[in-house]
Amino acid sequence: MMEIKDMIKPENLVYEKTKVLTNNIMHYCPGCSHGTIHKLIAQVIDEMGIQDKTVGVSPVGCAVLAYNYIDIDWQQAAHGRAPALATGIKRLNPDKYVFTYQGDGDLASIGTAEIMHACSRGENIVVIFVNNAIYGMTGGQMAPTTLVGQVTATTPYGRNTELNGHPLRITELLAQLKGTCYVTRQSVQNPAGVRKTKRAIQKAFENSMMKKGLSFVEVVGTCNSGWKLTPTDANKWMEEHMFPEYPLGDIKDE
Amino acid sequence: MKEEIIIAGFGGQGVLSMGKILACSGIMQDQEVTWMPSYGPEMRGGTANVTVILSDDRISSPIVNAYDTAIILNQQSMDKFEQTVKPGGTLIYDPNGITKHPTRKDISIYKIAAAEEAVKMKNAKVFNMIVLGGFLKIKPIVKMENVIAGLKKSLPERYHHLIPMNEEAIEQGMKIVEKIS
Amino acid sequence: MGEYKLMKGNEVIAIAAIRCGCDGYFGYPITPQSEVMETLMEEKPWETTGMVVLQAESEVASINMLYGGAASGKKVFTSSSSPGISLMAEGLTYLAGAELPCVVVNVVRGGPGLGTIQPAQSDYFQAVKGGGHGDYYLIVLAPASVQEMNDFMDLGFELAFKYRNPVMILSDGIIGQMMEKVQLSPEKPRWTEEEIQKISGSWATIGKTPDRQRHIATSLDLDAASQERFNHKLQAKYKTINENEVRYEEFMCDDAEYLIVAYGSGARISQKAVELARAEGIKVGLFRPITLFPYPTKAIQNRVPQLKVILSVELSAGQMVEDVRLAVEGKIPVDFFGRVGGMIFSPEEIVDAIKTKLVGRK
Repeated sequence: MMEIKDMIKPENLVYEKTKVLTNNIMHYCPGCSHGTIHKLIAQVIDEMGIQDKTVGVSPVGCAVLAYNYIDIDWQQAAHGRAPALATGIKRLNPDKYVFTYQGDGDLASIGTAEIMHACSRGENIVVIFVNNAIYGMTGGQMAPTTLVGQVTATTPYGRNTELNGHPLRITELLAQLKGTCYVTRQSVQNPAGVRKTKRAIQKAFENSMMKKGLSFVEVVGTCNSGWKLTPTDANKWMEEHMFPEYPLGDIKDE
Repeated sequence: MKEEIIIAGFGGQGVLSMGKILACSGIMQDQEVTWMPSYGPEMRGGTANVTVILSDDRISSPIVNAYDTAIILNQQSMDKFEQTVKPGGTLIYDPNGITKHPTRKDISIYKIAAAEEAVKMKNAKVFNMIVLGGFLKIKPIVKMENVIAGLKKSLPERYHHLIPMNEEAIEQGMKIVEKIS
Repeated sequence: MGEYKLMKGNEVIAIAAIRCGCDGYFGYPITPQSEVMETLMEEKPWETTGMVVLQAESEVASINMLYGGAASGKKVFTSSSSPGISLMAEGLTYLAGAELPCVVVNVVRGGPGLGTIQPAQSDYFQAVKGGGHGDYYLIVLAPASVQEMNDFMDLGFELAFKYRNPVMILSDGIIGQMMEKVQLSPEKPRWTEEEIQKISGSWATIGKTPDRQRHIATSLDLDAASQERFNHKLQAKYKTINENEVRYEEFMCDDAEYLIVAYGSGARISQKAVELARAEGIKVGLFRPITLFPYPTKAIQNRVPQLKVILSVELSAGQMVEDVRLAVEGKIPVDFFGRVGGMIFSPEEIVDAIKTKLVGRK
């Protein structure tokens, strides 16, 4: 019988760890979309050969520790302020690729002013916006993108529009701003989605050196822990409930 | 030498820039100077005033409440600053719009009809330079050549062609200022 | 050295920043400091030195843009006035926690709340004792003249980078709006990429190269034990700052029996009061702290044996007086005189306070 060490040979390799990912074990829950999105960003950075020219800005939220996983220089921002940090970095270091990685609470709630104005100014940065319609890190409270009727820790009887207002489609809002050049919404629950998301991320990074303005990639993701579903059911729930409110595809591409 | 001056009037009369030219002239003759304006919404139409101090020695407080000279250009300022002139000090005012004339007996009071003179000269903008001329006639604390040098310093180059006109206004002010008491 | 110019404190801040090789300014208009950004925009330094100037959407954004620039090893500064500084409190504690260098100019106005646009010194506690959350300090410089507005810009950056700590220049509406004679510092070029690499290459986020670990500008450490170690390191840094960076000035203190302690504009007005009181034969001196953190505690202590009473004079309801009392350790009485809400004391009012609270003290 063949030993494992005999099998580990370059000719047998079908898949390898993305080089720009670190060896740290991710703290994300099994089934969470963050891991996949991290890997795609790392792959794009690796393939474009820009590891030494890239600075990431991590948010407050589940992805606060993104700097532990993607092997580049990082800055960690106060809640919602990542686009302001990225503005400071990019304006003073125009030769660097600068991106923020933000969740729905960070970007669409506490950080609306910062994202709005970074988009409006047309900062030549990339924004990766992960929308899972819930606050993961603090234990499953309502997010601005939480769906009507969705049960969370702070909407135990479901989101009620009279009490809580409506889900915020911030991506459509930002697409209206002249400073954005590329605004798209993708997902990573299946191989086709993963491939499309990767292409979107790559395009966004390429745009940022063409001085076209801000590229904004929303990734609709799952939070199976927060949603209290199995990973498979979470994917299904996302397709059935999230996609009608947050339809996939390019919203703007100039 | 140390001269503590308040210049007070309406926003738009050139109160602040007159003080600035005076301070600039002081620097031209190696004096210490401070220029402390009132600032805020009153800049837009209300009262404006500036405290200017010229001194041969280091100036401690830029803020004082007794002045060697008060240059007063509207009634509100008269109400506020007549009493702040040091005994033996000087008050110069433009009678235009003044309803209650100064009454103090322990200070020297001068009148300068600068607004009227500016109309005669067909140039409202030189009003403050006429007043400055009046002041310099009474208190020649800075030399005329240093005033011109100060003007050159404080005005952007594109306005330097206006300097002769300002010089003329200063000289006119020196002629028309008159002692009242 | 260059020639003398007549300039406003706020204008000088802008010009001094350009001349000392500053890389970027991010700010938001607020009275009484708007001339800082206006002057920068007028000067267009991006066409000469390459300095970036950007009007942000808020003070919250300004301070976070500063974070972004500072963490990439650049010399960055912002300016604001009291309500704007309150908005920056979050950013300041993050900068302190991530050990990032920057300069923040606070042209203080009266409060609380929207308060007034007139000058005050009522943000001493906020500047010196924190302002944001957590155990941190800003290095705080208190200019008392337009010349010091010039000098402290360069000094501020020097200290900020020496200690990797935010520096606050705590000015006020008087120093910001006042014009005085000023001698500008000689021009220094901005740091080159190589110089940044040399000065801040061990921590700046300027792109991970294969020869080093990635750099992370963060104030987060979820492990309490490790967060405690980091806090001890910060405190050790503050101790070093306390030992090495205290600055103060004394005026007529040698034979003084009474002492006024005042900083910034308050010290300027107090100096005149001391001159007036001396003319009446009162043996009073002026002690002016230049650094408010670190505070010149020992220097005040050294004066105590010769003194009968100390008076802290501030444009506040009494904030720095607490540090004077801590320095004096109850050995002699410490009294307070101040005006608040944007009202400014006159030298004569201070002379009255000297007579009633010091000389005539029962």
